[in-house]
Amino acid sequence: MTSPVKNLIEIKNLTHDYGSVRALDNVSLEIRENEFFALLGPSGCGKTTLLRILAGFETPLEGSVTLAGQDLISLPANKRPINLMFQSYALFPHMNVGQNVAYGLEREKLPKAEIKSRVEEVLKTVGLQDKVKARPSQLSGGQRQRVALARAIVKRPKLLLLDEPLSALDRKVRSEMQLELKRLQLEVGITFVVVTHDQEEAMSMADRIAVMVEGTVGQVDTPVDLYQRPATAYVGDFIGESNFFDGIIVPEGIKHASLGVLPGNRYGKDISGEAHLLIRPEDLRLAVSGEHSIPTMVQDVQFYGGASTLVLSIEGRSAPILMSQPGATSAQRGALVNLTWDPLKAIVLPRDSRRSAL
Amino acid sequence: MTSTIPTRVSRDSEKRRDLLERMVLQGPGLLFITIFMATPITLVAIYSIFQRGRFGGIVYKATTENFTRALDPVYLGVLTDSLKIAGITTILAIAIGYPTAYAIAKLPTKWRSIALVLVVMPFWTNFLIRTYSWIMLFNREGLLNHALLKFNIIHTPLDLLYTQSAVVVGLLYGYLPLMILPLYASIERLDPQLGEAAANLGATRTRAFFSLTLPLTASGLIAGSIFVFIPSLGNFIVPELLGGGKTVMVGNLIRDQFLKARDWPFGSVLALSVIALVFIFFMLQNAVEKRFSSDAHD
Ligand SMILES: Nc1ncnc2c1ncn2[C@@H]1O[C@H](COP(=O)(O)OP(=O)(O)OP(=O)(O)O)[C@@H](O)[C@H]1O
Ligand SMILES: [Mg+2]
Repeated sequence: MTSPVKNLIEIKNLTHDYGSVRALDNVSLEIRENEFFALLGPSGCGKTTLLRILAGFETPLEGSVTLAGQDLISLPANKRPINLMFQSYALFPHMNVGQNVAYGLEREKLPKAEIKSRVEEVLKTVGLQDKVKARPSQLSGGQRQRVALARAIVKRPKLLLLDEPLSALDRKVRSEMQLELKRLQLEVGITFVVVTHDQEEAMSMADRIAVMVEGTVGQVDTPVDLYQRPATAYVGDFIGESNFFDGIIVPEGIKHASLGVLPGNRYGKDISGEAHLLIRPEDLRLAVSGEHSIPTMVQDVQFYGGASTLVLSIEGRSAPILMSQPGATSAQRGALVNLTWDPLKAIVLPRDSRRSAL
Repeated sequence: MTSTIPTRVSRDSEKRRDLLERMVLQGPGLLFITIFMATPITLVAIYSIFQRGRFGGIVYKATTENFTRALDPVYLGVLTDSLKIAGITTILAIAIGYPTAYAIAKLPTKWRSIALVLVVMPFWTNFLIRTYSWIMLFNREGLLNHALLKFNIIHTPLDLLYTQSAVVVGLLYGYLPLMILPLYASIERLDPQLGEAAANLGATRTRAFFSLTLPLTASGLIAGSIFVFIPSLGNFIVPELLGGGKTVMVGNLIRDQFLKARDWPFGSVLALSVIALVFIFFMLQNAVEKRFSSDAHD
């Protein structure tokens, strides 16, 4: 069976411990050539550890990693065609911005003129062309982050690992840099692995996303599939806004203790016993009379210009229900409304103890 | 207009408070330096331009003779020998101290403090006694010769004692901890991620050492060198005990002028020349440090 897409990185059964802490637990992943790959997950789930193993700073306890079919683990860090942008930047404090960025190119023994022009070019890309002579200590946090980014991308490696590359930037610079990164990736043809906390960032930039949970990979998929077809309740909860109902599996959906049968789509999965029903806020709508619906009360109305969100409550349930609508809404706070949804879009998922409690 | 006056007043009082604060904080130190450093140096400077008294002391008749005498090749030779010995000691201290400090800094935290205690342990014993013990080791009948003879490595005992090398060994032994400690402090402060970043950018270990570790620990290296070089230059116990009569360092010479020859003015000139050397040395190191590692640690 040959697949049309080529894998650049193949990670198999990777396990890594720090003393008694298991940072990675049997992780298997494929990263494709020229892909923009995002690692998404809460703090401490092992994202940095995975990057450190790819970069060669940690030797995993078990498992294998190959790059273009070649074993990577046995290759020393300075021989790997991989560059890492450190989460804490790790800029050289005694060198100015230009020297920091040039360092990696000098190690390749490139001609001076080429080094100079490439450094200038990359500093222009990150908007720091007038800071060439500044020391890292004279820069703001966001500027340092951009120097770290420049230092990593200037090498044009096969694989670029970025550990929270944009977290210190303000919104505007951040979205500019997101576009810039995307452009760079298409232009230079580098495979990117980006670690981020920020799911919006991951969703908007990545070709595929791996959602990591406590040292394991929960699901690897395109942003759309992750959102529409989460494999677990944890992933469904982690990605985007969601409304969860808990109950017992029945043929048409789940049976909720007080709301009765809530219809949903099992996507052919074999589920039994306790289950969750996930409904995205935009898949909820106000019911017309006679439809199967659940009664709720409007707690709050938030209007965001293009869309509005209704915060609704159900008796006997502490977590609010979120429903979003395009445009403005006529619903008033305190009004009683009935909600319904398209059963095909509501996802039935097996019980997942890791999903944050409702 | 009216509003600028109060702010100026308050800024003035702020300045005054700053001054007061500085006086309180720096006062004791300044006082100490004035009494215990400036005064003796001034005295020595004054002595140097007068004639010697017959049984020590000073006859207040101005002369330049003390200075011309110091230019005599015999004394210049002692001075250059002292510089050489102190210089070699410092270089050896770097060669031994750097790897040691590096190794200690890379130990697990628990072992680090134990290693540091071991490094300073010799200071718990008197310097004189420790230097004496080298005689036991280096003697023709000493432990080292004994051992070498016993294992048939040599057949006649070696003359280890009373050589310049013995003096260097003694000084090195005495002052090595003063090299290790500041070096350790600056190596320990290094962010290990910098080394990883260098490797990630393609640097070999050697390259990373010379482009990162060395410049970023230059301040510790320089401090350690000062701590070893200066007391080595002025030391007179080690050359006396381990150098015998043969190796006289400028420290012995100065001591002899004051205590034996009772020629205070000439002793003062020699002392001043050492101070001048030390001063030049400081300036050199200052220049090096500026070039190497200005705001290396922020
Ligand atoms: N050097 C270390 N020694 C001991 N434990 C470590 C070390 N580095 C990481 N850990 C532990 O390993 C786990 C994974 O850490 P890692 O840094 O990979 O998380 P992360 O996903 O990058 O988190 P964040 O988003 O906060 O950066 C955490 O529980 C962390 O406490
Ligand atoms: Mg991290």
